[in-house]
Amino acid sequence: MYTVPKLEDFSPAALDAAAAELLAALVAESHAAADPRSFEEFRNRWMARKNGVLTQVNDLWLKAAPSPAKRDVGQRVNALKQRAEALVAEAEQLAATAALGSKLKSETIDISLPGIERPLGVRHPVLRTLDELISVFVKMGYSVAEGPEVESDYYNFEALNFPPNHPARDTQDTLFIANQEQRAQRDRLLLRTHTSPVQIRTMEKLVPPVRVICPGKVHRNDAPDATHSPVFHQLEGLCVDTNITFGDLKGTLDHAMKSLFGSAVKTSFRPSFFPFTEPSVEVSISCPFCGGKGCRPCKQSGWIELLGAGMVDPNVFGFVDYDPKKLSGFAFGMGVERLAMMTYNVDDIQQFFYGDMRFLEQFA
Amino acid sequence: MKISPNWIRDLVSPAATDRDVAEALTVSGIAIEGYFGEGADQTWEAEITTNRVDAMNHYGVAREVSAIYDVDLAPLAPTVAECGPANFPILIEDAEGCARYTARIVRGVKVAPAPAKIAHRLELIEQRSISNVADASNYVLNEIGHPTHAFDLDKLEGGKIIVRRARAGETITTLDGVERKLLPEDLVIADAVKPVAIAGVMGGEATMITFSTHNVLVESAWFDPASIRRTARRLGMHTDASHRYERGADPGITQLACARVAELIVASAGGSVSAEVDAVARTLAQPRIALASSEVKRILGVEIPPAEIARILHRLGFKVEGSGPEFHITVPTWRLDVEREIDLIEEVARIYSFLKIPNTLPSFAGGVIELPNARKQAALRSRLLSLGYNESLSSTFIPQEDARYFAVSAGAAEPVRIANPLSEEASFMRTTLVPGLLLQVAYNLNRGNSDVRLFEAGHVYAMRGEAVDEHNSLAFVSTGGARPSGVHGKPEPLSFFHVKGDIEQLLAAFTAPGVTFDRTVPAWLHPGRAARAQIAGNTVAIFGQLHPEVAAARKLKQDVFIAVVFVEALYQLALRQPAYTPISRYPAIERDFSFVLPEGVEFESIRHKLAALSIAELTAILPAETFRGGSLAAGSYSFLLRVRFQSAERTLRDDEVANWSQQIVSAVETLGGSLRQ
Repeated sequence: MYTVPKLEDFSPAALDAAAAELLAALVAESHAAADPRSFEEFRNRWMARKNGVLTQVNDLWLKAAPSPAKRDVGQRVNALKQRAEALVAEAEQLAATAALGSKLKSETIDISLPGIERPLGVRHPVLRTLDELISVFVKMGYSVAEGPEVESDYYNFEALNFPPNHPARDTQDTLFIANQEQRAQRDRLLLRTHTSPVQIRTMEKLVPPVRVICPGKVHRNDAPDATHSPVFHQLEGLCVDTNITFGDLKGTLDHAMKSLFGSAVKTSFRPSFFPFTEPSVEVSISCPFCGGKGCRPCKQSGWIELLGAGMVDPNVFGFVDYDPKKLSGFAFGMGVERLAMMTYNVDDIQQFFYGDMRFLEQFA
Repeated sequence: MKISPNWIRDLVSPAATDRDVAEALTVSGIAIEGYFGEGADQTWEAEITTNRVDAMNHYGVAREVSAIYDVDLAPLAPTVAECGPANFPILIEDAEGCARYTARIVRGVKVAPAPAKIAHRLELIEQRSISNVADASNYVLNEIGHPTHAFDLDKLEGGKIIVRRARAGETITTLDGVERKLLPEDLVIADAVKPVAIAGVMGGEATMITFSTHNVLVESAWFDPASIRRTARRLGMHTDASHRYERGADPGITQLACARVAELIVASAGGSVSAEVDAVARTLAQPRIALASSEVKRILGVEIPPAEIARILHRLGFKVEGSGPEFHITVPTWRLDVEREIDLIEEVARIYSFLKIPNTLPSFAGGVIELPNARKQAALRSRLLSLGYNESLSSTFIPQEDARYFAVSAGAAEPVRIANPLSEEASFMRTTLVPGLLLQVAYNLNRGNSDVRLFEAGHVYAMRGEAVDEHNSLAFVSTGGARPSGVHGKPEPLSFFHVKGDIEQLLAAFTAPGVTFDRTVPAWLHPGRAARAQIAGNTVAIFGQLHPEVAAARKLKQDVFIAVVFVEALYQLALRQPAYTPISRYPAIERDFSFVLPEGVEFESIRHKLAALSIAELTAILPAETFRGGSLAAGSYSFLLRVRFQSAERTLRDDEVANWSQQIVSAVETLGGSLRQ
């Protein structure tokens, strides 16, 4: 360790040599002071007013200098002190940087560990599909209408042109409310088998133009299996005005399907039968999943039957006091679960109703 | 049904491949959905809608082809050499049930296996070949669509046929060997003594054709659809005949069908044919409908030339009068589904092709109207999703005991029972969403998903007198950890207060002044860890820990927390409209008070007392810590209360804060509390 030597020779050359030796020792010791505590010791040793190395220089070199040399020694000692202070400050800066570096290093964590996820709830895939459908039609000017899930025979069947005992009723296995035998058939309560009753209720309330969609839950007496559920969802739509044509039906659904699945999707229309529409159509879209090449959702056909639709049957207008000679309109409907199954590659409709967290969280 | 394209080509010859014909048929309403076999033995699976009974046979499909390709349809003209009168009276006693009954007698037949061509054709379309006589009837059914029946003439007693309603107590053993009890509403074919067939559904075993039959009576009738449907449904029978009669067979074809069956019998089994006996009880009107080209344009949106309209309808068998723009159209007897102008427009449209009608968009008038509660519903949903609950859907149906037990309010209405439920467990409509969600919790726990957070929004139901009341409800359930265990720290178990916090977050979406909580909760909740939330006296939620006994009964082995939100009460409140309040520029001062309180003094009463002090600068009252045990006397607990004072206008002085603090201490002392020394 460096100690301040007593000087015999106070000549400038001798002083300069002594100063250089001192500074070299300071630099060497500063390098050794790596951690904050040893740096503090280092600084005290050199800079302390009481007995620090520089103070000793004062005593041993300046005060001991013979009078004629005092002036020159004083200047040189001052220069030496300034130089020493600068070197200590420099060393302090280096030490602080090194200390921060090692602190940061010690704080290093394993960033490959998983993040702490705060749970975010997930929309149900069926309702998310329904949301998307609703948004497409709302943008096209359709309002949303709702109605009861427990309906009368009148609204579910009769006013939709399903006469009592008509074979068309067989296609909709209906769940009935108990103890209705005493009531007139049209008043008997049942679980709506489609959301079409909402169309009747809407027309009863509104003067045309009517432009509504009716999303909702429907029920059928279908034993649960991979493709059937007694509870499922539909989206229906209705557009009635003084000049609505079959071409408008085609154009509207073509536009809606393109909004939903992308502009490359094509639509196809072929005759079908529903009691409440005439003409009735079945609407297929070119498979949006494979682009028409053939895949599982489209059963390799390139096409997916997606909607039932048609021009509102004049008899239905009769039930709601609309004049079928002045008004015309179209209606359409589709099953939401089926679309969700195709969209998300779900092979069992029952999955939608288990509340299985492992299932639901896949739709995050 | 199965269709043989080869058979179709016997009846019509379009210049197109079978595949093209199938695609053209599909586009026009006879959907060909499957192709089987090759060459002459190819068959199609055709999906024919219930209204198109006229097309449920080869001739009907051929008629469509004739219209699509504008080519002639082979006429149907069976030839029979008549050998004399039948001398067999037909009496229709029930004209409503049977409009027409045509019969012929074929004597001297030799019943044998059917000829190869007939048997092969029937087998191609998945029909079983039985014998030359039975097959004749079945062949005609598939050829021209009319159901006919062959009786063993010698088994008919009394030399006549009577079409009547069954008599009380009558029975018949049908061809399938089942004895059927008949009711007076059932239409039967009877001989002088007994019913020999259930009209339009199935023949009787006693009079069926056997290999020892010599003489045959061929029946070709028209029965009322509703009557056939009623009987077939009651007896649980569905036959090729009833399928067609229920949907409306052709009343104009009974003679032709009868002759055709007789022709085929003679050709394959020999014998001589009598003249026909044709009993007509009533005639069905053939509608004559006015059709205007302008109406075709109004509905379809496309101008179809009048000549094209006339051509299409003519090819489909309609009689067309006029050349447009107005027509008068007489509907053929086989099209009972066509009654109105719109039905004709559909016929024109589908043969013209839907695909040729240009796509257009209707002009827009009027605006989109939002459902009244749409935004409130969306606010609740998005908050629950943000709080980490997954959206779920559960069954609408629950068992009877759940429907009653989980009712959410006292004096709940009668639950709604299903007359024809899918199962005993699904025989009632849900009165609350709770059992459905609990079932889903169990489903998850049984599969090792121990952290469950689910919510469901949906209808619940109850009887109101004769009517059913439906209400919107919302429920959410959680179990497991509020924070999962893992490398990052200890797990944090869910508690009542997590649920309460979530309820508070939901209520915060609304302008909800003065939410109060009390312990009035249903029996299925833990009595000490559950609460009811009310706003202005209306219950808006009940929530808390599921009663441990209920959890145990459902084998839920961890604490389950559940909440029911009465959304319809909430919807009475406006959504909270955020508005900015300036943030004070002056410092806030916090003070902590460590009180010892008697057990039973709850935070709510302290908060209430402090609020009553009406100190405007008292901006927060926070429970900071509670502690029991240690040096504290039994029956008391320590409570660290933290309050915050702040003014929007000035810096607070020490003396005011000291004064307010003293008021706070005094207020708590009135509740039996004391500052801890």
